[in-house]
Amino acid sequence: MSHRAKSELAWGWFFILPTIVGLVVLNIYPIFSTIFQSFHRTGDFGMNNVWIGLDNYKKALVDPKIQQSIWNTLKYMISEVPLSIAISLVLAVLLNKKIVGRSAYRMIFFLPMVAAPAAIAMVWKWLYNTDYGLINNVFNIRVSWYSDPNISLYSIAVIGIWSIIGYNLVLFLAGLQEVPRDYYEAATIDGASSTSQFFNITLPLISPTIYFVFVTRIIGAMQVFDSIFLVMDRTNPALNKVQSLVYLFYKYSFEEGNKGAGATIVVILLLITLIITVLQNIGQKRWVHYN
Amino acid sequence: MEKTNRKVLVLIHAVLIVASVTMLVPFLWMILTAFKSNTEATSVDPFVIFPSVWRTDAFETMVEYFSFLTLYKNTLLLIFWRIFFAVITATMAGYAFGRLNFFGKNLMFSLVLIQMMVPAQVFIIPQYVMISSLKLTNTIAALVFPGVVTAFGTFLLRQSYMGLPRELEEAARLDGCNIGQSFLYVMAPLTRSSMVALGIFTAIFAYKDLMWPMIVNPNKDMMTLAPALAKLQGQFVTKYPELMAASLIAIIPMVVIYLIFQKQFIEGIATSGGKL
Repeated sequence: MSHRAKSELAWGWFFILPTIVGLVVLNIYPIFSTIFQSFHRTGDFGMNNVWIGLDNYKKALVDPKIQQSIWNTLKYMISEVPLSIAISLVLAVLLNKKIVGRSAYRMIFFLPMVAAPAAIAMVWKWLYNTDYGLINNVFNIRVSWYSDPNISLYSIAVIGIWSIIGYNLVLFLAGLQEVPRDYYEAATIDGASSTSQFFNITLPLISPTIYFVFVTRIIGAMQVFDSIFLVMDRTNPALNKVQSLVYLFYKYSFEEGNKGAGATIVVILLLITLIITVLQNIGQKRWVHYN
Repeated sequence: MEKTNRKVLVLIHAVLIVASVTMLVPFLWMILTAFKSNTEATSVDPFVIFPSVWRTDAFETMVEYFSFLTLYKNTLLLIFWRIFFAVITATMAGYAFGRLNFFGKNLMFSLVLIQMMVPAQVFIIPQYVMISSLKLTNTIAALVFPGVVTAFGTFLLRQSYMGLPRELEEAARLDGCNIGQSFLYVMAPLTRSSMVALGIFTAIFAYKDLMWPMIVNPNKDMMTLAPALAKLQGQFVTKYPELMAASLIAIIPMVVIYLIFQKQFIEGIATSGGKL
């Protein structure tokens, strides 16, 4: 081993050591610990756990609440992710032109990113209020936005979309700036309309950014918790049709102290996330263009 | 040509203005409600948009009820220490993963990738068990704990180091720098923009974190802003002006910081996303 190689080995390990120790303690060990826990029934006061094999999973998979929460989570994901991406993509394309007030618009769209989720949830709950809410009173309707089981999930998704648009938009704008201007000039000379420019130049060239946002948003949406926890009261009749996997995880693990059941739910979440990630990875080859 | 251009421009602004109003209405409504009396806030016929008198009663009640200074302090400490540890550990590890070749590098980097792919909730129960068996609940250390290292940051800084030219390091080596010196004096300073991006990213996510602080620091004196607001909701159920006032007090510092450092915030987020 050359002197240089020895030195790289020593420095390399020195530099990564804090991170590796941290990752092992905080993340790698917990993965195994959580999986291990999911094969146990939590004993009294969280002590004396009993090994029960796959019982937690058997119970979870026939538990109508958990079944419903898996469905709720997927439904939330399907309503939040594509819409938020489509809206922010359109806004990003509009903002990518030299127009007056460009940075003011961008500043406004990004604003929800710096507001505490609890504040966002509270004000939306207030806007949604059936009797006194701004939305019902302005449009003169009487919709129970978050207590009608048929629509409450979508009301929560609207909060999610509203909160995340600015974040997606900033990433899309960064992606759009990489697209060479002369592509558009050439297309304009050839007489391509702006719609066809959007589909034939813009979309393919920023598809890696779209893919990145898509993947991170899917993962984020699968973990939806804050808005549901904050908007849906424990007595809300629509709760069962809204509560997500992570919501149940929190409830079982920390409100009811049943860590075995909580661990089982997050392992299910982990498995679903892995399946979706693999599917996305296969799917991306069809539509993401790397140059 | 000129005419259609103007038409298109008007259309673009129309869309952007409608979108902006949609983004702003919740904030405006928060402000308007906070300055109303409860009777005004819940008046339907007529429906009241602007308060007749701008009252500060709700703010006074909330400031009396909550020690916001304590909440700010805890939240700031959480943000500060998370940034401190994240930037240092990620800068070091990012350099080693991006620029050095050594035995075990790829295997260790796979740990970083695993962390990024696994939903964060998978880690929470064991992390909580560690904190509570160390008797560290209701401390700043407990708040910071899951964020002392960052897989995302390591990945981000690694990308940033990989983009730097080889010649720089070779020049430093010829000048007699060892690896540690060339990291400290030559390479690390060049990744400053990624460090800032990571710092901003860390700050936003620490500030918005709800579940972890709620679990480890339930004590009123050790709470952060997000869980305190969540708790408040149960106690002031229908006192809308109070709820809105508290929300405003909680978000104003971050919003003001954002408005001042807007450019850095937006560029920081753009870099951290664009790099991946």
